Amino acid sequence: MIRLEDVTKIYRMGEVEVGALQGVSLDIDEGEIVAIMGPSGSGKSTLMNVIGCLDVPTSGRYVLDGQDVAGVSDNRLSEIRGRQIGFVFQTYNLLPRLTARANVELPLVYGHGSNRRRRALEALDRVGLGDRANHKPAELSGGQQQRVGIARALVKQPRILLADEPTGNLDSQSSEEIMEILKELNRNEGLTLILVTHERDIASQAERVVSMLDGKVVSDTTANLEGAS
Amino acid sequence: MSSLASNKLRAGLTLLGIVIGVTAVITLMAMGRGVQESIRESIESLGSNLLYVTPGLSESGGGAFAFFRNFGGGAGDSEALTMDDAYAMLDTAYAPSVAAVAPEKSPSAVSGQVLARGNETFAEVLGVTPEYEFVRNHPIGSGSFISHGHVLNNSMVAVIGASVAEELFGQRDPIGQTIRLNVESFRVGPGGLGDVLDIGRLFTVIGVLESQEEGIGPFGSADYKVLVPITAVHYRLSIDRTVPGEIRVDTINVQAVDSDSTESAEREITALLRLRHRLTEENDFTVSDQQQTIETLEETTNVLVLFLGSIAGISLLVGGIGIMNIMLVSVTERTREIGIRKSMGAKRRDILLQFVVEASMLSLTGGLVGLALGFGISRVLDGRGDFGPGGEFNMVVTGDVALLAVIVSVAIGLFFGIYPATRAARLHPIDALRYE
Repeated sequence: MIRLEDVTKIYRMGEVEVGALQGVSLDIDEGEIVAIMGPSGSGKSTLMNVIGCLDVPTSGRYVLDGQDVAGVSDNRLSEIRGRQIGFVFQTYNLLPRLTARANVELPLVYGHGSNRRRRALEALDRVGLGDRANHKPAELSGGQQQRVGIARALVKQPRILLADEPTGNLDSQSSEEIMEILKELNRNEGLTLILVTHERDIASQAERVVSMLDGKVVSDTTANLEGAS
Repeated sequence: MSSLASNKLRAGLTLLGIVIGVTAVITLMAMGRGVQESIRESIESLGSNLLYVTPGLSESGGGAFAFFRNFGGGAGDSEALTMDDAYAMLDTAYAPSVAAVAPEKSPSAVSGQVLARGNETFAEVLGVTPEYEFVRNHPIGSGSFISHGHVLNNSMVAVIGASVAEELFGQRDPIGQTIRLNVESFRVGPGGLGDVLDIGRLFTVIGVLESQEEGIGPFGSADYKVLVPITAVHYRLSIDRTVPGEIRVDTINVQAVDSDSTESAEREITALLRLRHRLTEENDFTVSDQQQTIETLEETTNVLVLFLGSIAGISLLVGGIGIMNIMLVSVTERTREIGIRKSMGAKRRDILLQFVVEASMLSLTGGLVGLALGFGISRVLDGRGDFGPGGEFNMVVTGDVALLAVIVSVAIGLFFGIYPATRAARLHPIDALRYE
């Protein structure tokens, strides 16, 4: 499903070149739950951006679903994002002026957008927020906002869900709820789930943990799920 | 779109720029068109079957030149029209399409001083014949018009316009009163040098013209005229003497039998005058009709309208820059939103469109409000104001101007919205998402 071959990413910050990714090779199969861990500056967010087609690698190959993503146009990247990938952000990134439903509809505006309202309501139902469709983000708790964020990521029925610290701003109760929803989506719909986190107990819920340091993968272990929880 | 509603004050202030611009365009253009309309009406009120014959050949038929020549005094020596020329046109054998002629002659100066009972005013002094009353549509209000007898006897009588009467005599009846006309007259000498002579004469008022209201400036307002027998101008107010009996005139007003026969009248007059003047080459006179006069004047006033419009256009431009400014601020403020939208699959085109639409909606709203305001102001001003005779505002809002103002305001929104929108569309999704 996802294949990275010796991917590097170099950012230029003024005069200095920063090698955020220094030769990362990684394979992720469909239906996996993968946690990417590492301290800040280890390159995990950059890796996430590359996988999410928000950024292109400086060198190396990135094949997503059989298609080489390196060197495709900006518009094509938007299209791939819109069709294949759902994003869940640490800070939710909901548009404050729009209602929960309108926020969920947003991805449908760009691309195939029939039955927008119905599909948005369905997605909200799936995260248990069917009754909050007309509330604005400010009227929802953090956990609820993140669930709206998940509904928005789901609405286009992507193959891959990328979650960048999805529970980073939540209390433990809400964190558990969010993780339950994500795992359920993985179980029931075979969604590939990639989590970026620095919390051990979140990572321990994944079947596979990739640890990063200084732009490189330092360990890649498949854990026993039963033992973790 | 909702972002516009969310910052109402800012959107409102931005709108104001466009509103003022469009209002100014509509109002000033309405004013300009109003002036045009007034001029057209005042010319048309003279009757559509009127022709003017003036001495000298005018290149483009130029009715306006003919008009101005009225006030400039006689033409050069070789190009002259006489009373005899005028009355020859009444010969039905030569000119069957001519119904009436009214020659006129003014002392040289554009206006003359008129004095009575210690009051003074300036008026257009004009020597005319009895036909002038109906040919130029100057109906008498009280008293009587100049008669054939007055013309034959070079009588020192005058018919004065309503405003002249009021300024000199107030509420008193001017009929029978004496006025003094002081005019300047000059003659071009053999060496090309002119003698200038101040002439003052006493006249008895025999009639007052009906107040006319319409007509502005020099075109047709009878209210500021003093009419005297044409022979009185020739013999008493002028030093421009020629062969005895040959009275030179400035303009011959010709009334065709009806409005359809103006063209044939023009032909007949031309043929007749060429014959009388024994011409073999080009004409030494110009025959012009209403339409030509209107066209020439419209050419002139179009410049005025355009000038007013472009002044207003500048304020519209300033409004457009205001829109660009606010859109740039908006792009910066909403960087994060752009990042979110891009991560959700929005393409450059989608973001571009969003901001361009926002900018043009802003300017369209401004345009419509400005249009309504411009209409309102024109309505209120219409028929008001007092700048002398016929000097009230005449506001004409035409559909094309209204449409143009709205289209231009949207175009301005598009034009000034594109740059900020392009900046928004070019944002990199990661940078945009990271933006705090």
